[in-house]
Amino acid sequence: MEAHIQIRNLEAYYREMPALKNVTLDIPRQQITVIMGPSGCGKTTLLKSLNRFLELTDGTRLRGEVLIDGADIYAPGIDVTEIRKKTGLLAQRPFPLPMSIYDNVAYGLRIHSLCSRGQETDKRVKHYLEMAGLWDEVKDRLHDPASGLSIGQHQRLCLARGLAVEPEVLLGDEPTSALDPISAQHIEKRLLELKKEYTIVLVTHVLRQARRLADYVVFMYMGEVVECGLAHQVFNAPAQERTRAYLEGQF
Amino acid sequence: MAKNISANLTEIRPPRKSFLGRRESDRLASRLFLFLSTVPLFLIIVILAALIYRSWPIIRTHSIWDLLAGQVWKPIQGLFGFYPFISGTIWVTVVAMILAIPPCLLTAIYLVEYAHTPLKTVMKPLLDLLASIPSVVYGVWGLVAIVPWVQSSLSPFLSRWLGFIPLFRSDNPTGFSVISGSIVLAVMVAPFIIAVTYEVMHTVPEGLRHASLAIGATRWQTVRYAVLPQVLPGIVAGVVLGGSRALGETMAVLMVVGNVAKSPTSIFDPAYPLPALIANNYGEMLSIPMYDAALLGAALVLMLMVLMFNVASTLVLRHILRRSA
Amino acid sequence: MMKRRHVEEAFFKILMIGSLALVAGSLGFILLTVIIKGLPALNLAMLTQTPKGGFYLGKEGGILNAIIGSLYLALGGTLLALVFSLPLALYLQAYARRTGWADIVRLALDVLWGIPSIVYGAFGFTLMLALGMRASLLGGIITLAFLELPIMTRSMDEVIRMMPHEMEQAAYAVGATRLETALKVVTRQMLPGILTAVLLAFGRGIGDAASVLFTAGYTDRIPTSLMRPAASLPLAVFFQLGTPFPEVQKRAYASALILTVIVLAISLGSRWIAGRLSRYTIR
Repeated sequence: MEAHIQIRNLEAYYREMPALKNVTLDIPRQQITVIMGPSGCGKTTLLKSLNRFLELTDGTRLRGEVLIDGADIYAPGIDVTEIRKKTGLLAQRPFPLPMSIYDNVAYGLRIHSLCSRGQETDKRVKHYLEMAGLWDEVKDRLHDPASGLSIGQHQRLCLARGLAVEPEVLLGDEPTSALDPISAQHIEKRLLELKKEYTIVLVTHVLRQARRLADYVVFMYMGEVVECGLAHQVFNAPAQERTRAYLEGQF
Repeated sequence: MAKNISANLTEIRPPRKSFLGRRESDRLASRLFLFLSTVPLFLIIVILAALIYRSWPIIRTHSIWDLLAGQVWKPIQGLFGFYPFISGTIWVTVVAMILAIPPCLLTAIYLVEYAHTPLKTVMKPLLDLLASIPSVVYGVWGLVAIVPWVQSSLSPFLSRWLGFIPLFRSDNPTGFSVISGSIVLAVMVAPFIIAVTYEVMHTVPEGLRHASLAIGATRWQTVRYAVLPQVLPGIVAGVVLGGSRALGETMAVLMVVGNVAKSPTSIFDPAYPLPALIANNYGEMLSIPMYDAALLGAALVLMLMVLMFNVASTLVLRHILRRSA
Repeated sequence: MMKRRHVEEAFFKILMIGSLALVAGSLGFILLTVIIKGLPALNLAMLTQTPKGGFYLGKEGGILNAIIGSLYLALGGTLLALVFSLPLALYLQAYARRTGWADIVRLALDVLWGIPSIVYGAFGFTLMLALGMRASLLGGIITLAFLELPIMTRSMDEVIRMMPHEMEQAAYAVGATRLETALKVVTRQMLPGILTAVLLAFGRGIGDAASVLFTAGYTDRIPTSLMRPAASLPLAVFFQLGTPFPEVQKRAYASALILTVIVLAISLGSRWIAGRLSRYTIR
C-alpha cells in the first residue's frame, strides 16, 4: 500500500482541550479511506488537519506533521492556499458561491489564474461538470445563478468546483448527510469512480455508508486512532474490542 | 398534625391582598401596553403634522418650486430660496460619505475577516467611545485642528495641483469650507458605518467562506468574490442610513463650514447646510414675518429627506439581518 | 516570487490596517486636542462657580450652571423616556413578538431614531409655542425625552431579544402571566442590558445641543424651577466659543473637556456596571 498522506504524531488542541492525541496514520493513494467513530471522537478534526482548515478557528493549536507526498504541509513558509488547492473539500452543507453555475466551477480557475476566459475555460467547466455528474442537468442554464439548484445538485456543483483545480486529494466531511437518498446515492457513485484518480478521505457516522465505500478504514475514539486497516479486515474481523463494540452499534 | 402544617404554611405565605387579580392585571397591562405601542407611530405623525402646520403660511404663498430651487435667501425682503442650503447639505454630506466609506468598509472587513479576538476587544469600546462624543466636541476639534489645517495646508496644496478642476478650486482664504465639515462629519459617521457593515458581514455563514477557502483562495479573494456580493445590498443600505444621519448633524458642521448662503461649487467653498440654517437663526424666528414658517419649513424638508432614506434603508437592513437570525 | 493573489491580498491588508489605524487614530487625535486645549484653562472655579458678572468678557466665574443644568436636563429627559421605553420594549418582547404590528412599531422606532436632533428641537419648540410655554427646563426635558425614547427603546429591544427563551418558557410553564414574567423574570435577567441602554441614552442627552437650543434656553443661574430656562454644557461650549475674547474661548475648551470627560465616564461606566451586574444573571 502506497501512502499518499502520512500523519505523524499529530496532536490538536482546542483551547487547551485535546482534540487529537498522538495520531500516526498512513492514508493510501487512490483509495477511499473512511474515518469513522462516535460523535466527538475527533474525526472531523483529523480531516480538517489535512487541508489546514483547523487553523481557521481561533484558539486551536497543532503539533506534529502531516506529509503529503513526503512534504510537511505545516512547514513554516508553506503557502496555505497551495495546500488547499491540492485538497478539495466536500462539506456537510454544500454552499454554492453567489455567482452563476458556470462561474462557480470556473472559480478555482479564476483565482489561481489557471486559464484565461474563453474556450479553454468552457471546455474545463464542461469536463468537470461531467465528472461530477451534473452536466446534463445544467448544460442549458450554465449562466443562471447557482442558488436555483436543489441541494443534491449543490453538492455535485461543489464537487465540480473542487475538481476544477485538479487536486490530488478529495476530503469529504459527511458529504451526503444533508442530502436526500437519491442525491446521496449519486454522490457515492461519483466517489467510487473518482477514486481511480484521486485519493479520497471521508468522514461519516453512517456505518452502512462506510461499508459501501471504504477501501481502508480508520476507527477513532476520544481523539485517538483505535484501529486502522483494510476495510474488509476491520469490518469483518476487528482487532480491537472497542471497534467491535462500535460496529455492533453499542455506542 | 395536618392542621398544624397547614397553619404553618399559611404563615410562610400570607394570602395575597391585591387590588386586582393576576389575570386582570395582565389584561389591563396588555391594554396599556398596546396603547403605549402606538406612541412611536403617533409621534412621527405628530411631528410631521406640526411642522407642516407651522410652515403652511410659506407653502401657501410660495410655490414649492420657488422655495426649493430659489437661490436667494433674504427673509426681510420675503425671499426664501432654499436651494443654497439644500445644495450645501448635499455637498457636505456627499463629500463626507466619499471620505468615510472606503476606510470604514476596509476597517469592517478587517475586523470581520482577519482580526483575532484581542483586536476586536480593543476596537469595540473604541468605536463606542468615538460614537458617544458629543457633536459640539467634534466641532471644537474641527475648529482647532481641521479648519486651520485646511486653510494652511490642504487648500493651497490641492488648489495648486488640482486647481484646474472646479471641484478643487479655492477662492476661500479661510479654512471654513465644505471639506472641513465633511472631514468632521466623516469621522462622526464612521463608527456607525463600521458597525452596520460588521453586522451585515456577520450574516454570511462561515460555510460559504470555507467553500471558497477550500479551493485555495486567499482570504481577500474570499471576501471579494464570495462574501461581498452577498452583503452588498446590506452595505449600501447601511451607507445610506449613515448618510441620512450625516444629513441631520448640526453643531459640529455648523462650527466649521462657514455658513455662507451660497451654493458651493468647490470643496473649499463655504456652505450653509439646512440644520445650520435652522440653528443659527432660531433667535430671529419670530421677529420677521414668515421667518418662522420658513425655518420650520427647512426642518420639514430635512425631516422628509431623512425619512425617505431612513425608511428605505431600514427596511432593507432589517430584511437582511433577519434572514440570518 | 509571490503569486498575484498574494500580492493583491498584501496590498489590501496594508490598506485595511491603515484604515484601522486611521479610525483609531482619529479618536486619539480628538481626545488629545480636547485635552491639550482644555486642560490649561481648567480650574476648580470652572467646576464650582456659576458665571459672575463679566464672565463672558473674561472675568470670573465658572460653568456650574451648565453642568447642573445639563444633569437636570438629561436626568429628567432620561427618566421621562424610561417611563415609555421600558414598557414599550417589554411589550415588544412579551406581548407582540413577531407580529406584524411589532414590526411596524419597530420600524417607527427606527425612523424616530434617525430623526436629527435639530428636528426634535424644532418640534419641541412648536409644541411649546402651542402650549404657551417659554424656553425652560421642562421644555428641554420633554424634547430630550423625545430624542432619547427611540435610542433607549431600540437598545433595550435588542438586549431583551437576547433573552433566553427557555427562561421565559419556564416562567410560563409554572403559570406566570405575561405581565408577571415581564416584570419579574425578564427585567431581572436583562437588568445589565437595560441599564446600559438607559446610560447610553443619558449620555446622548447630556451631549446634545441642537435639541435644547430652542427649548431649554440659557441662563447663568443654576436652575431652581422647571419653568425657568436652564443652561447646558454643549451650549456653554458653543456660546463661549462664539465670543471674541481668547480667555473666554479658552474656557470654552475647558468646558468641552469637562463635557467629554462626563460622557466618556458614562460610556465606560456603563460597561463596568453591566459587567458587574451580570453576576446576577444566568449565562
